[in-house]
Amino acid sequence: MKRNRNLIILCVFLLAGLIMPLATGASDPGFYIEVLLGGLMAGVLYSLVALGFVLIFKASGVFNFAQGAMVLFAALSVARMAEVMPLWLATLLAIGIMIAFAFIVERLVLRPLVNQDPVVLLMATLGVTYFLNGFGQAVWGSDIYEINLGIAKEPVMILQNLFQGGILINKDDVAAAVAAVVLVALLALFFQKTKTGRALRAVADDHLAAQSIGIPLNRIWVIVWSVAGVVALVAGVIWGAKLGVQFSVSQVALKALPVVILGGFTSIPGAILGGLIIGVGEKMAEVFLAPIAVKAFDLAGGGIENWFAYVLALLFLLVLPEGLFGEKHIDRV
Amino acid sequence: MLYRENGQFKTTYRQDQQMLPILQDRIFMALLLLFVFGVAPFIFSDYLFLSILIPFLVLSLAAIGLNLLVGYCGQISLGHAAFMSVGAYAAYNLVLRVPQLNFLVVLILAGLIAALVGLLFGIPSLRIRGLYLAVATLAAQFFVDWTFARVKWFTNYAPSGSVSTATIDIFGWTVDTPVRKYLFLLAVVTVFALVAKNLVRGHMGRAWMAMRDMDVAAEVIGIRPVYAKLTAFGVSSFYVGVAGALWGFVYLGSWEPLAFDINLSLNLLFMIIIGGMGSILGSFFGAFFIVALPILLNQAPEWLGIHLSTAMVSNLEAMIFGSLIIFFLIVEPQGLARLWAIGKEKLRLWPFPH
Amino acid sequence: MKLVERMRVLAVSAGAVAAIMAVAASGPVQAQSKAKEQFFPVLPYRTGAYAPNGVPWANGYVDYLKLVNARDGGIGGVKITYEECETGYDTARGVECYERLKGKGPTGATLFQPLSTGITFALTDKAPGDKVPLVTAGYGRADAVDGTVFKWNFPLGGTYWDAADILVQHVGKIEGGLDKLKGKKIALVYHDSPYGKEPIPLLQLRAKMHGFNLLLLPVTHPGVEQKATWLQIRQQRPDYVFLWGWGVMNSAALKEAVATGYPRDKMYGVWWSGAEPDVIPAGDGAKGYHALVFLAPAGQGQVHKDMIKYVYDKGQGTGKKEEIGEVLYNRGMVSAMLGVEGVKRAQFKYGKKPLTGEQVRWGLENLALDAAAIKKLGFEGFMDPIQTTCVDHEGSHSSRIETWDGKKWNITSGTYESDSQIIKPLIKESAAKYAAEKKIPVRDCAKDASN
Repeated sequence: MKRNRNLIILCVFLLAGLIMPLATGASDPGFYIEVLLGGLMAGVLYSLVALGFVLIFKASGVFNFAQGAMVLFAALSVARMAEVMPLWLATLLAIGIMIAFAFIVERLVLRPLVNQDPVVLLMATLGVTYFLNGFGQAVWGSDIYEINLGIAKEPVMILQNLFQGGILINKDDVAAAVAAVVLVALLALFFQKTKTGRALRAVADDHLAAQSIGIPLNRIWVIVWSVAGVVALVAGVIWGAKLGVQFSVSQVALKALPVVILGGFTSIPGAILGGLIIGVGEKMAEVFLAPIAVKAFDLAGGGIENWFAYVLALLFLLVLPEGLFGEKHIDRV
Repeated sequence: MLYRENGQFKTTYRQDQQMLPILQDRIFMALLLLFVFGVAPFIFSDYLFLSILIPFLVLSLAAIGLNLLVGYCGQISLGHAAFMSVGAYAAYNLVLRVPQLNFLVVLILAGLIAALVGLLFGIPSLRIRGLYLAVATLAAQFFVDWTFARVKWFTNYAPSGSVSTATIDIFGWTVDTPVRKYLFLLAVVTVFALVAKNLVRGHMGRAWMAMRDMDVAAEVIGIRPVYAKLTAFGVSSFYVGVAGALWGFVYLGSWEPLAFDINLSLNLLFMIIIGGMGSILGSFFGAFFIVALPILLNQAPEWLGIHLSTAMVSNLEAMIFGSLIIFFLIVEPQGLARLWAIGKEKLRLWPFPH
Repeated sequence: MKLVERMRVLAVSAGAVAAIMAVAASGPVQAQSKAKEQFFPVLPYRTGAYAPNGVPWANGYVDYLKLVNARDGGIGGVKITYEECETGYDTARGVECYERLKGKGPTGATLFQPLSTGITFALTDKAPGDKVPLVTAGYGRADAVDGTVFKWNFPLGGTYWDAADILVQHVGKIEGGLDKLKGKKIALVYHDSPYGKEPIPLLQLRAKMHGFNLLLLPVTHPGVEQKATWLQIRQQRPDYVFLWGWGVMNSAALKEAVATGYPRDKMYGVWWSGAEPDVIPAGDGAKGYHALVFLAPAGQGQVHKDMIKYVYDKGQGTGKKEEIGEVLYNRGMVSAMLGVEGVKRAQFKYGKKPLTGEQVRWGLENLALDAAAIKKLGFEGFMDPIQTTCVDHEGSHSSRIETWDGKKWNITSGTYESDSQIIKPLIKESAAKYAAEKKIPVRDCAKDASN
């Protein structure tokens, strides 16, 4: 009961913060909606990276730090190969590369480390991160590369008669959101309807039981890492089409960590919802809260979005130790 | 043949409880100390001191600090570089604002301030654990980074946000040359390592280990989790804070908040996992591995007479570094300290293994 | 079985540790030969988040050193040798590189050019002890202009305070006078590091003087995530945006400006935000964007012809032939040239032999590159004259504005000179604070002149 009360207090508080700029008239509604959309867009990308995390964690208990490096590597592969061939072919080949990568990781990293402490596995994925970053740059180069999806970059104004100044919409943002929704829908279908998907869910629920009824654990791992690789590819292509593909992309993935603690390590809806909450929360905080904080404390510039996501996630954790949708476990003495 | 304990009888409890119960270990330790204090300063080059030994010593101290928390108490932290930066900025402000303080006092105070901040961020550990806690400590990392970058008072209103320090002076002995820096650090690290070693053998360390091995059971036998977890966070942050002050004053000389970013936190975690969790000795191994390996990899092609482009060398370095980490984790997940122990075990039986 | 494996690993790791100790103990192999060589350490970054900008600069720098060897047979008959050490724009890494390279060559390192403000801050503390000059052409500490405190620092050709001052002057001129800036809004979008923060004190001073509002918007390293920044710009609608970015942050800023509909011709970049890798990824969206020119604009002159003839046609070039003449390539070349000219100047005094860092420092402090000398070097039209003294380690305080037309950079303004009446007191104050903090004595230039 007490836990619920705390959760309600926290949610009310956050909602109040969300509405505050509108209520106090600090922002006109049109701009407010733009910030909201901007936050949602950032959130979609966080969600996609977090989705990769969650898939892998569910199936193999590995906290995959290399997800960001995978995003970079996949995007680099697409961008560089698209220079000499059509984009669709480059994408297909890149998917092939990510599947090969999943095989290699399973064979050389996961299998020898089976049953190790989660922290050891986390460290191993950090090793994978280093390797992949070095390998990606060695093979593909470290310049800024383009992925051109053929979508106009100039913004479009909509609802000009409804709000003063209208609302700015980017076509590539819309395309990205659509792509993300399609991807999630495909994943849901895959998990619900195919035999492999059901096997994956069985492994996620209880891998010992799954193994005992004849589900090959190693193959499941390869599949799950491949799926995570494809998710990384989609995230990388969306990101790359927007801002160009460069080494820095891999560092954005750190933002997916608060998302997974917020949503819970094992929940796919949690990853999506968590991503959106974090995206909206931090953009709102940066745009509306930071200027106030800078004035009040004479700070050297805002930038509270750097930690806002983590603190938000931490607050949630104190109320809900397993995240929004995480598995509850009860300790008995 | 030389390394065996036959004939060494322990006749008192005191003897049985000493830190190095085997005579040969004591002799080895004495020789090692003699070498690092007495011989090394005369034979090593400045480059070795400045680029390898000085960062190695400071990071060993930080790794010991992190090991107390992670290896002994089982609480994971991905934000320890933040506590290093608290120590560094605390020391900077103490030296700046209270110039009459001796640097050793500054060091202790900086550690205490870091410990306070560590306690604050350790509070969530009472409710959450495991990987959730690991990510929660990232909040400390980013929040502290941001604070030092933004609140101008901490950096004495420096326009660039970068601070620089004066040379350290201890009772008239200035720590300026590489050899002096090395000796100063060596002395500090030796003392702190000894204290840590005894801490973990004592009451507090046992409480931590009980907490790590099974928290519920520990609570049943009367160890208060609040006490055990928070002392671990406090002591660990104290060590790391001292290391941070030394990192800033002795190694860097001038720094910006970026010097204590998430990569440093991850590197510290690497050190204790490669070196060995729950081992003071392992912290030294791990620190050396992480400090020396990239430098070695970076220079290796040149020594081997292979001419590669700078970019290729640097990419290869990242690839080999990553592969070696995975390799070590696979071969010995318990770290280099475990290898050391196995080696010692073997040596005791050698040359007659039966 | 497993144990045997572990033992093997133990043996290998013990061997490795021993090898490291042995090699490291001998230190960087000190070639104490009496070879007639002048050693130039190079601290580039060819990988990581800042590689797109670091690579062309490093190519230009190294190529110029090659050119001097190939065309002139070295500096006054002394052959140039060089070695690269990758820093990755990382301060700790840069310090390690510095320690590794400072003692190489028959007379030690000639001078260091780290191309990173963060590394410059760290090396500023170390250079006096090792007696190696630190040349930071267009970056580093602005207060290092004051040679009485910063004896070993040479921010040749311009500092961030000059850059910020000139940008304010330029927008003032557009508005029809500096007094017309009253009530205007200028946003500074900056890289959240010492580099990005350097111009702030000057802009704040100017804001107070002319009554414009200054909006400070930091962007976190590495600078790909700028959505919130540009939303704020959309909300505040500043009259001008000054961009103080580096690496991928520049192109990301331009792309976000397109996405939020901020007019690009109201955006002015510092000279580190005005090169080809900054605008090309933004495509047509970058059209109309302005930036400052630091010494060398894009294009080719006599020296580039030599470069192709003596270096690239012989297959010795570091980069691609088409990239010769890009902004950052030229800047790398000019940076190397300034170092080489410092050595040349010092050779007048100390003779045509390999020189120590201390001797080169004198040369850098007495640089006199007038228009005739620049023409002779083949850099005509690529830089303004530079004249350094003991008090002024900068030597030149002027710059121009260039504009991107979608294909190339064009100079679009006359030459501006930064206002020394505003900057000088700032430099004095900041340098004095540094001297007090570090407890270093201030040089008396009148007494030192003979030196």
